[in-house]
Amino acid sequence: MTAVLTIQRLCAELPATGARLLSNVSLAVAAGEVHGLVGMSGAGKSMIAKAILGVLPPAVRITSGSIQFEGTEIVGLPRPRMRDLLARGIALIPQDPLTALNATRRIEAQITDVMRARLGLGARAARLRALSLLGEVQIRDPASLLRRYPHEISGGQRQRVLIAIAFACNPKLIIADEPTTALDVTVQKQILRLIHDLRRTHGTAFLFVTHDLGVVAKICDSLSVMHAGVIVEQGAVADVIAAPAHPFTRALFAATPRHDRPDAELRPVSESVQRAVVEASQR
Amino acid sequence: MVDAAVPRFAFERPLLRLVGNARVAAGGGVLALLLLIALAAPWIAPFDPLDQDLSAQMQHPSFSAASGGHWLGADSLGRDLLSRLIYGTRIALEVAVLAAVPTAVLGTGLGLIAGYFGGLLDAVISRLVDVWTSFPPVLLSIILVALIGTGLSSVIIAIIVIDWTRFCRVIRAETFKQRHMDYVDAAVVAGLRPLTILGREILPNVLPLVLVLLTLEMGIAVIVEAILSFVGLSVSSDTPTWGGMIAEGRTIIHQAPWIMAFPMLALLVTVLALNLLGDGLKAELDPVLR
Repeated sequence: MTAVLTIQRLCAELPATGARLLSNVSLAVAAGEVHGLVGMSGAGKSMIAKAILGVLPPAVRITSGSIQFEGTEIVGLPRPRMRDLLARGIALIPQDPLTALNATRRIEAQITDVMRARLGLGARAARLRALSLLGEVQIRDPASLLRRYPHEISGGQRQRVLIAIAFACNPKLIIADEPTTALDVTVQKQILRLIHDLRRTHGTAFLFVTHDLGVVAKICDSLSVMHAGVIVEQGAVADVIAAPAHPFTRALFAATPRHDRPDAELRPVSESVQRAVVEASQR
Repeated sequence: MVDAAVPRFAFERPLLRLVGNARVAAGGGVLALLLLIALAAPWIAPFDPLDQDLSAQMQHPSFSAASGGHWLGADSLGRDLLSRLIYGTRIALEVAVLAAVPTAVLGTGLGLIAGYFGGLLDAVISRLVDVWTSFPPVLLSIILVALIGTGLSSVIIAIIVIDWTRFCRVIRAETFKQRHMDYVDAAVVAGLRPLTILGREILPNVLPLVLVLLTLEMGIAVIVEAILSFVGLSVSSDTPTWGGMIAEGRTIIHQAPWIMAFPMLALLVTVLALNLLGDGLKAELDPVLR
């Protein structure tokens, strides 16, 4: 399988404080593969997602390493070329469906914008495609939804709209930045199911950022476990779950409830394990 | 290409709720009344504001027939004060709109650019604002009008040139805040161009703030016009203005205090109404205060 996305030895820091945010991060996502990126809050998962999309905060600087999408280097790419590259095939499903939609604009404008900017569709063609996409993400009355503002629809519907926007231009890679974190558990399940189905019919590769190991086990093919800006373990999901090699991964699994071992005691990831990762990365 | 869904403002729907706010209702009501007075001036003014009646010089305000129908009295040339006040409303509101709106457009435009693009562009605009605001505004406006000549258009230009910084500073900060919201990142990832993002995504989100500032700016414009009229740098003295009336009344304040008092009251009511409206809008539209 050829890789859609290849990240090699990526390092990033905050020049203002000298803090290291990412150290030698390497990962690859093959065409059509779902790669999970797991870790605790602040591990640097979203930082990687933002680096790929070229929307890192101005205070963060990439010091070395490379990110390639289908062979094109993203690090240091000028803005207009970055726009072309994103248009060629990367989309985003953001974390918080409320802040990711513009509160002052109707759903229709927000879906059709992407298609008009990237596919050059006219207003009518874009509207038709928006309707069919909303049908695909299982929204019951797409025509009426198009007329609404974000605050008038539910969180689940908002996330469905964002998924529709992500799939709007047939991307090769979708970055999903904790797409279910802001939703309640029952809606989470439906959204995961939806992403899983769409991914199968469209053959889209995913970089799936999450802190939920249950989600990873359900929909990912491979995964990277991150802590403090370092990838501590990488491999096929089945292998890593069956035999986690790194102490941090084991600690993370021990902190996650499992339906096959309902009586197992849950233990928080201890400070000593966390410290060990940080110290190892600084050596 | 016509966009099927032209972006509309977030406050469009809750328009009814806005009117329910006491301050918005009071301020807006008074302003509507003033607007009506300004538009209907030729029909409701009892006298020609320029007609001199030497037998009515410094006539006291009175409803009795003996006053000759000068309800609010007459000035030192026997001109009817009520009529002059009514015609003065026209100039006040004209300046309020014609000066405040371009000021808002200029300041908001520069603020959006500075806040969104940052870097050198932001540094240049922000330093310009710093330098600009270091001049005392009243002094600067008097110098400006003295340089470009008197008249209503000069007053309006002076207000625009001086006050755009108010909008620029606030809108720059708000744009900077909005720029780091997820929806802007999403728009960047969606491949929209910076100016499209500014106009379609960010502008509607800062518009409520612009509206609040606009009403406050209108109050400031009314006062600045009165100040410049007072020092004789606004319209020529044959056009009745509140500032001009105050200047006239000042010289004979001991003999006829009402000549000065009525235009001051008119000024107070107008600016108070604009500030009330601005405060009410702020309370209704600002998500933090709400």
